[in-house]
Amino acid sequence: MAGIVAVAVSVPRYRLPREVIAREWGATAAGGEKAVANHDEDSLTLAVNAALGLGVDGPPADAVYFATTTSPWAEKQAAATIAAVLDLPPAARTLDFTGTLRAGTSAMLAGLDAIAGGSASRVLVAAGDCRIAEPDSPAEQSFGDAGAALLLGCEAGLAEVVATHSVADEFVGTWRTQGQEFPRAFPGAFETKFGYGRVIAEAVKGVLAKVRIEPRELATVVLPAPTPRAPQAVAKAAGLDPKRQLQESFWTTLGDTGAVQPLLMLAAALERAKAGDLILVVGYGDGADAVVLRATGAAIPAGHGVARQIEVKRTLPSYGRYARFRKLVRKETVATESSSPVILWRDRKQLLPLYGGRCARCGTVQFPKHRICVECADANGLEEVRLARRGRLFTFTNDYLTESPDPPVTHAVVELDGGGRLYVQLTDCEPERVAIDMPLELTFRKIHEHGGFNNYFWKARPQ
Amino acid sequence: MNIRDRVAVVGVGCSKFGEHYDRSLEDLVVEAAFEAYRDARIEPARIEAAWVGTLESGYSGTALADPLKLYDIPITRVENYCASGMDAFRNACMAVAAGMYECVLVLGFEKLRDSGRRGLGTFGTHPVVGYGTTAPSLFAMAANRYFKTYGVTKDALAKVAVKNHHNGTMSPKAHFQMEVSEEQVLAAPLICSPLGLFDCCPTTDGAAAAIVCRTDVARSIRPDPILVKGLGLAVTSGEPYLKPGFAYTGFPATRRAAESAYEQAGVTPKDLDLAEVHDCFTITEILNYEDLGLCAPGEGWRYVAEGRASIGGEVPVNPSGGLKSFGHPIGATGVRMIYEVCQQLWHKAGARQVKDAEIGLAHNLGGPGAVGCVTVLANA
Repeated sequence: MAGIVAVAVSVPRYRLPREVIAREWGATAAGGEKAVANHDEDSLTLAVNAALGLGVDGPPADAVYFATTTSPWAEKQAAATIAAVLDLPPAARTLDFTGTLRAGTSAMLAGLDAIAGGSASRVLVAAGDCRIAEPDSPAEQSFGDAGAALLLGCEAGLAEVVATHSVADEFVGTWRTQGQEFPRAFPGAFETKFGYGRVIAEAVKGVLAKVRIEPRELATVVLPAPTPRAPQAVAKAAGLDPKRQLQESFWTTLGDTGAVQPLLMLAAALERAKAGDLILVVGYGDGADAVVLRATGAAIPAGHGVARQIEVKRTLPSYGRYARFRKLVRKETVATESSSPVILWRDRKQLLPLYGGRCARCGTVQFPKHRICVECADANGLEEVRLARRGRLFTFTNDYLTESPDPPVTHAVVELDGGGRLYVQLTDCEPERVAIDMPLELTFRKIHEHGGFNNYFWKARPQ
Repeated sequence: MNIRDRVAVVGVGCSKFGEHYDRSLEDLVVEAAFEAYRDARIEPARIEAAWVGTLESGYSGTALADPLKLYDIPITRVENYCASGMDAFRNACMAVAAGMYECVLVLGFEKLRDSGRRGLGTFGTHPVVGYGTTAPSLFAMAANRYFKTYGVTKDALAKVAVKNHHNGTMSPKAHFQMEVSEEQVLAAPLICSPLGLFDCCPTTDGAAAAIVCRTDVARSIRPDPILVKGLGLAVTSGEPYLKPGFAYTGFPATRRAAESAYEQAGVTPKDLDLAEVHDCFTITEILNYEDLGLCAPGEGWRYVAEGRASIGGEVPVNPSGGLKSFGHPIGATGVRMIYEVCQQLWHKAGARQVKDAEIGLAHNLGGPGAVGCVTVLANA
């Protein structure tokens, strides 16, 4: 029986209080705050960092499905990048699921199908969303950024799949055309009533009917929450007790995290599930997906758990900073530098899964993997070694000269656990609190867009 | 082979250093070269070969041939990061010592103010590794490590800036003739923590020149040529930040180059009457004291604080004002240091003259401490 083997989430460190947005536009604050991706994060890096949370070196998987409505590429696959960072074998199947808020649950269903069909024994579903709302719109207070990853396998692990059901439904409720920058929604209650409410009810009914489960038997129900109250009416109509059965959506603390939301909520549900608990997960958008799971009650490591990810945060000081992170305001003076797809391709093994070299003679671990040992000049070739994702700060500087949307840039020499030094930028940190010897963890980030494309590499941040 | 006493400097020249928005590279090169010709009392036609040092303000031998109309002779461009100028001098000395030429020209220059760039550029060419690095950031990381290792704080650095700005007030060709106080230095805006604005050398335009001859020829040109006693160059990793075990409290390239130069010259740091060293940032000068053997490791901050590096001190360091006050047009700097040491040894340094100077050292550092170049000069 197919199931969920592991789950992890990745919430950006930054929060923007809704009050700050409301004050900017003279609007009413909806309360709480939303998670905001740092300027060096996008849906891809959020998904990668969630996937890395599944295990120190990432999980072995024979397929990677990336789910998002906001891929950093309009043409080019992001799942291939994720597979490369996780050092998966070339035979891994990679695919991007996009175009609808239900991409997260659809990727999960496709993964379960692949396992059922025997083409894969482990499927990584890595979701990330970073939806940019139109300034001075209700969506701007609502949308939040996050990543979540599920590892699906042939065994139950955390939960086994009991039943699945999908409904396809043509409905122009929320959309974004090729030429539009911000998602749009038809004004008023049209979608709530005739899209969201009707289609979710149909999917819930459908999945429960397949396995003859009564609504009251469900321990937890995950319903998408475009607003904090939206799921209430649907739950009631479906014969559920919103108070007892509905999973908290984290709308107040993180916002509507888009295609990631159902997976993020599922992670939270699994964290506190007891053995035998039935969990219903629903994804909505141009139809709906519904999955019923039976939890095994197995414990989830807390590090990448939802509570911890929500708790560790920094408040963005201003709307202006947020606007620069999301490129809602542009600077024209930014240097036009180039990049090289050639070098990035040639160095891919060092840049993405972060391999260094170990000298066979003197044992020195080094980055990059030089042809000749940097320590003893042995020319017999270094052996490839995957570098640790943790280390401590050897030295640093806060650089006010380098152009950045979030100055100063902190350059850091990191002494990695197990050997090797990296020279990277620190991110998600308070520059004035950076100190030599502080423990650091690596995080995968977008470095820049020179050359007209996304250039990714690693940074480090305080543990 | 030892370089000692085989070649000598017979003339030097230096343009006014500064922000020359109204002057071209050609203007600066001609100013420096013709001062050197006049100083040596030779005609340009006497020059048999030339070396030109620049990081990026010109390419190939034509960078010198065209402004000076110095055609039909061998000219080589040398680039070795910020040590380009002194390495050009070193290559010229070796060619003369080898017997190929009797009289050659060395000229270094850089025209930084024609671009609106903030500070010096980065060294890396990789699309993502080392992205965003700036010149001050590389030395600021050394400062933070030095502070951590020896329990020193930022005010130790300020003393270098105060000293070098003071010396600069007596240096008419320097970029700045301006005293600064320790308080001003400490209150300046941060550039790369812990380095503030006054911990950094300025962005300067300038050119400097030297004429090098075989020693016997030099003596026929002037009675008091300055003898080249030792030349050292060492190149270490250009990526020290990735090198396991790199301590970041000094630069091995300087140590190796100095050992070599001292050995050829047959002198020790104690014999020096003055030193012109590469103070691109205040921390660099402190590390240089230690790497050049003027004091023990960890004692550099004390060396300046106790006045031992001041004019009148143990070994006056940067009587010219150094990069800090004289300015740092990259390719020019190494040659400008030769210019200053010669002025001092000829006792023509005016108000900043080091009394009875006979032996002087010049030290040029390139990249993130990767290229060390040391020259020892002495009176004949």
